[in-house]
Amino acid sequence: MIEVRQLTKRYGPKTAVDGLDFTALPGQVTGFLGPNGAGKSTTMRMIIGLDRPTSGTATVNGRRYAEHSAPLQEIGALLEARAVHPGRTAYNHLLGLARTHGIPRTRIDEVIDMAGLGAVAGKRVGGFSLGMGQRLGIASALLGDPGVVMLDEPVNGLDPEGVLWVRNLLAGLAAEGRTVMLSSHLMSETSLIADHLVIVGRGRLLADTSVEALIQQNDAGVRVASDEADRLRALLAGPKVTVSSTTAEELTVTGLSAREIGEIANKHDVPLYELSAQSVSLEEAFMELTRDSIEYAATAPSSGKAR
Amino acid sequence: MTTMTITRPRYRLTAKGVLRAEWTKFWSLRSSWITLAVSLLLLIAFGVIAALTYDPAGGFGDGPPGQSAASDAISIVLTGVTFASLAIGVLGVLMSAGEYTTGSIRSTLAAVPSRLPVLWSKSLVFGVIALVATGVGALAAFALGNPLLDSSLALGIGDSGVLRSLLGAGLYLGLVGVLGVALGALLRSSAGAITLLAGVLLIVPGLTSLLPDSWSDTISPYLPSNAGSAVMTLTQTGDSLGPWAGLAVFAGWVALALAGAAYRMMRTDA
Repeated sequence: MIEVRQLTKRYGPKTAVDGLDFTALPGQVTGFLGPNGAGKSTTMRMIIGLDRPTSGTATVNGRRYAEHSAPLQEIGALLEARAVHPGRTAYNHLLGLARTHGIPRTRIDEVIDMAGLGAVAGKRVGGFSLGMGQRLGIASALLGDPGVVMLDEPVNGLDPEGVLWVRNLLAGLAAEGRTVMLSSHLMSETSLIADHLVIVGRGRLLADTSVEALIQQNDAGVRVASDEADRLRALLAGPKVTVSSTTAEELTVTGLSAREIGEIANKHDVPLYELSAQSVSLEEAFMELTRDSIEYAATAPSSGKAR
Repeated sequence: MTTMTITRPRYRLTAKGVLRAEWTKFWSLRSSWITLAVSLLLLIAFGVIAALTYDPAGGFGDGPPGQSAASDAISIVLTGVTFASLAIGVLGVLMSAGEYTTGSIRSTLAAVPSRLPVLWSKSLVFGVIALVATGVGALAAFALGNPLLDSSLALGIGDSGVLRSLLGAGLYLGLVGVLGVALGALLRSSAGAITLLAGVLLIVPGLTSLLPDSWSDTISPYLPSNAGSAVMTLTQTGDSLGPWAGLAVFAGWVALALAGAAYRMMRTDA
C-alpha cells in the first residue's frame, strides 16, 4: 500500500507537487495520470525517498521507505529507464542491486526470463534500445519480489507486444494481491489496466476515482430527436435536468438517463426518432479535467475540481 | 497481503550486502580495469625508467619530470606515484560521480535508501583495492628499478624505512582513491571532481611559493599531497612531517572531504 498525505514539493518558487493526497491499495492497479509536468515523477521519487518532501508524507506499507529492513522487497520502482550505468551488462546491473539485499542469482535469472532479456543479459546496457532499457528497468523493479510495484511510464518505448506484456504482467501482480501503481499521460492506455485512477494536474489532485465513475461523472448527456421537441422539453424539466438544443428537433439532455427519457416520452406519446447516450471518451474526460487544472492554476490557486 | 509476505522469501538489506554490491559494481565496469591497469603501469614504468636514467652526478638526465630532488633509491623508484595518484584519484571519482552522471545513482539509492552506507562502502571497497594494487605496484617498482641503480644507491628491502616507504605509497594512493570517491560524491560531476582533485594534489602545493617564506614553511607540510608524501619518503627533511604524522594529516583531509560528501548526500535530492 502506498499512502500519500498532503505531499508537497517546492523547487524554489515553483511548486511541483501541491498538497497531494491519495492511497494506492493492494490488489488493485492504480493509474497515476496527468499531463507532462503534473508532478507525477516527482511524487514517485518522493515515495522511494530520492527526493525529500518539502512537507507532508509518503509511506510504503505504513512506513517511510528508508525505514524498511528490505526496501527492494517492499516496493520495486521503475523511475527512469536510464537509471543504469551504460558500461555495465544487464546481468551485472541486476547483480549489483541483488547483492545489497542478499537476493540469490536464481532470482536474477527469473526476472531476466520474465522480462524477455535472456538474449541480451550479457550485453552492455549502453547499446540497448529504449524498449530493452525499459524491460531491464521493469526487471530491476521486480527483482526483490516486492509487495508494491511502482512504474513511471512503463510502456514508453515498448512495441505493441511489449505493451501487452506490461499490461498482463501488472494485472497478474495485482491479482496476486500486490499494490500496483503506474503513471502515464495516456488515459486510453491506462484505462485498459487500471482499476483506480489518481489524476493530477500542476501538482494538485484533480480526481481520485474509478474508471466507471469517471465516465459517469463526465457524462455528455443524451441526445434526443423528436417532432415535438418543445413539448418534450417541458416534460423533461426538473431540478437537476438541463436541456439544450442544437436544432429545432434535437435536444441534448443531462441529468436523466436514456431509459428515463424514453419512459417519459412513451407515457406522453411523444414520438422519438433518436435516443442515444453521448459517451465521452476517457481521453476527453481526462483532457477536460486537466484543462481545468491549468485554468485554475493560471488564475487563483484554489483546490482541485473533483474528487 | 500478510499471507503472501510469509510465503515469499525474506531478503534483508545489510551493510555486508552493500559492500558486496559495490565490489561487484566496481569490477563489472571495463573502465575500472583499464584505469587500474594504467595506474599500475604509470607507477611501475616511471619508477623503472627513472632508475634507468638516473645519473648520480647530475640527477636526472633525459628522464621524465617528477620529484627532481630524487636522491635515494626510494624516491627514484617511486617517481611514478604522482602520475599514479592522478589515475587512482580519477578512478575514485568515476566510482561515485559516474553514478550521478549516468543516472545509476537512482537505482543504487532505491536499493539503499539510507544512502550513507553507499558512500562508506564505495570508499572502503575502492580504498582497499587501490591500497592493495598500488602497494604491490610499489613493491614491483622497487624490485624492478632498484637493481638498475648504481650499487652506491641501491637499497635492500630490509633496510631501514624501505618497506615502510613502499607500503606507504600504497597507503597514500589508497587514501587518494578515497579522496576521489569523496570529491566525486561531493560535486556529482566527473569533470569538476577530477579538476578539484588535480588542483588539490598537484597545484596547491606549488601555490604556496606565492606566500611569504615563513607562512609557506608553516603551511606547506600540512597540505594534502605534501603530508601524504611523508609516509613514502625514506628520510624526512627538516620541515616535513614524520611518516605517520603526515599520513594522519592526509587522512584528516580525506575525512574532511568524506564528511562534506556525506552531508551533501543526505541533504540533497538524488
